[in-house]
Amino acid sequence: MRPVEVIRGKVSVLDRADVDTDQIIPKQFLKRVERTGFGEFLFYDWIRSGEIELEPNPILLTGRNFGCGSSREHAPWALQDFGFEAIVAPSFADIFYGNCTKIGLLPVVLDEQHCRLLAEAGEARIDLDDGTVDCAAGVFPFELETDLKHRLINGLDDIGITLQNAGAIDAYESSGRAAAGPVTTAL
Amino acid sequence: MPRTMFDKIWAAHEVSEGLIYVDLHLVHEVTSPQAFDGLRLADRPVRRPEKTIATADHNVPTDGTPAARLIADQLSRVQVETLERNCEEFGIPLYSLGSERRGIVHVIGPELGITQPGMTIVCGDSHTSTHGAFGSLAFGIGTSEVEHELATQCMVQKRAQTMRIDYEGSLGHGVTPKDLILATIGRLGTGGMVGHAVEYAGPAIEALSMPGRMTICNMTIEGGGRAGMIAPDETTFEWIRGRPGAPEDFDRAVEGWRSLPTEPGAGFDAEIEVDASSLSPMVTWGTNPGMVVEVTDAVPDPESLEDGPVNPETAKRALAYMDLRPGTPITEIPLDRIFIGSCTNSRVEDLREAAEIVEGRKVAGTLRAMVVPGSQQVKAEAEAEGLDEVFRSAGFEWREAGCSMCLGMNPDTLSEGERCASTSNRNFEGRQGRGGRTHLVSPRMAAAAAVEGHFVDIRDWS
Ligand code: SF4
Repeated sequence: MRPVEVIRGKVSVLDRADVDTDQIIPKQFLKRVERTGFGEFLFYDWIRSGEIELEPNPILLTGRNFGCGSSREHAPWALQDFGFEAIVAPSFADIFYGNCTKIGLLPVVLDEQHCRLLAEAGEARIDLDDGTVDCAAGVFPFELETDLKHRLINGLDDIGITLQNAGAIDAYESSGRAAAGPVTTAL
Repeated sequence: MPRTMFDKIWAAHEVSEGLIYVDLHLVHEVTSPQAFDGLRLADRPVRRPEKTIATADHNVPTDGTPAARLIADQLSRVQVETLERNCEEFGIPLYSLGSERRGIVHVIGPELGITQPGMTIVCGDSHTSTHGAFGSLAFGIGTSEVEHELATQCMVQKRAQTMRIDYEGSLGHGVTPKDLILATIGRLGTGGMVGHAVEYAGPAIEALSMPGRMTICNMTIEGGGRAGMIAPDETTFEWIRGRPGAPEDFDRAVEGWRSLPTEPGAGFDAEIEVDASSLSPMVTWGTNPGMVVEVTDAVPDPESLEDGPVNPETAKRALAYMDLRPGTPITEIPLDRIFIGSCTNSRVEDLREAAEIVEGRKVAGTLRAMVVPGSQQVKAEAEAEGLDEVFRSAGFEWREAGCSMCLGMNPDTLSEGERCASTSNRNFEGRQGRGGRTHLVSPRMAAAAAVEGHFVDIRDWS
């Protein structure tokens, strides 16, 4: 994962609430077995029908509850592949938010009013370390969990971090705290 | 301090802060290929193949294609074949095409008896919440997390907030668990449960069968919830008893499971009460599951939604997409297609309820109706009861198991402009096929609509 520190550039605006992952990347494109190349299918139906136009700027600004619906990680892959580095919205769906942080696509939560001002400004500098969105209309702070910030800034791979803890997992498994649970290989 | 069921399961699985041990990982063909690739690239093994199980469901044609290599669509074939290769390489048991245990991932877990109380369960699919019906903690995860889970048998999780929804009274005649959850989402909105593990409780929930409970937990994600849960009880234990994955020392297991339910006085971050006896059969009119009304209502005027959870602008766009006019009675909406299936409503009990309605009747005019069992075992069981005959002679298509028209990643899709009454869980734009229009309903409502060609109030329909 590439480290994320400062994201600077123009803002693309998608002024819609409750955008679901089926719209971000329709299911007919989920059949690929690779991780790349999803960008050209981003918002496929909406862009193809001329309903929306979207520039591949570094920042995407959108409405509340962005990324609701299916857990497909293809949605953040497509957004990132298209060119976005940060998504700004008043709120995000849980799974989508988590998925973004796994690939270094920065989700930024700003309240509706700041979002409107950012849309008018049209350009911004997002500083992850400071936790600020800096644009012509002002400097808006945003929250990000400390752990998450650390991972994003250092571009750390989650699995690597967890495996540093392999001893704790071994200990858990041998402690008997782990429910015996069904054994799938014995069914 | 009294603890919630969520607290107990969480505490029992915390390896270290924020790292949760996973008891069962369900895998399917769509969200796993990139995860296995990642493992190979980093030369990492699957830590616990015996706590992992895979099936092919999303891409599978429901026409009886007997083997992956015979799937006509090239991309689908590659995806299922990739899954077969990956499972072989990493030692994960797989029920692929040709297996009598194959089915929708959320149907086969409970069916095999491997979904059990107190467990943590993950799957690269948002409807993993289904498994919470057994008093487990079940999360949908993304592909990076699938890879993480395969490599470490753990997931990095922030503790969810907790919510309890208490359903007092009992469901009226003709009102089903599907209506209960649709009505709940309609009231709270599609973001109403965000960040929460939701426990469904109260007499109306306790009275439900396991399939009914699964339907409710299944759709938790449509309310934005992280996980849905229902306390395990005798109904739960009886479901698991005798299934292939049931614990060997069953009585001892049950004893442990009895200690799981939320203790009296335990606190939730949010609590909501719903009078179950006031609920009616529900029908969605828009492009998310929160856009829903009672069958006796009319399509709402977007302007009138100002104060509710549905945004009027979004509603306007939804009505344009759905080609509906405000004020049209729901029972006057004509239908082109009926779909009975999906992980929400495709278990034998769902099919029985629908069959009871269509028995001795015929599907209306030009309408095309299909039933897709949730698993090959459901199919076999239904056939043993003669349900397939009931459906076939009424004019329904009777298909092989799979996700089918729930999401149109396989040959079962709506055509542009077609309107469908569907027992699935999502009515998003294009979900069932580009330009297709979806109305979510219960299996009974879908069956009656098939007979009449439009929606009817199942309570006074005979
Ligand atoms: S039936 Fe539908 S919702 Fe369920 S797993 Fe399949 S595609 Fe997902």
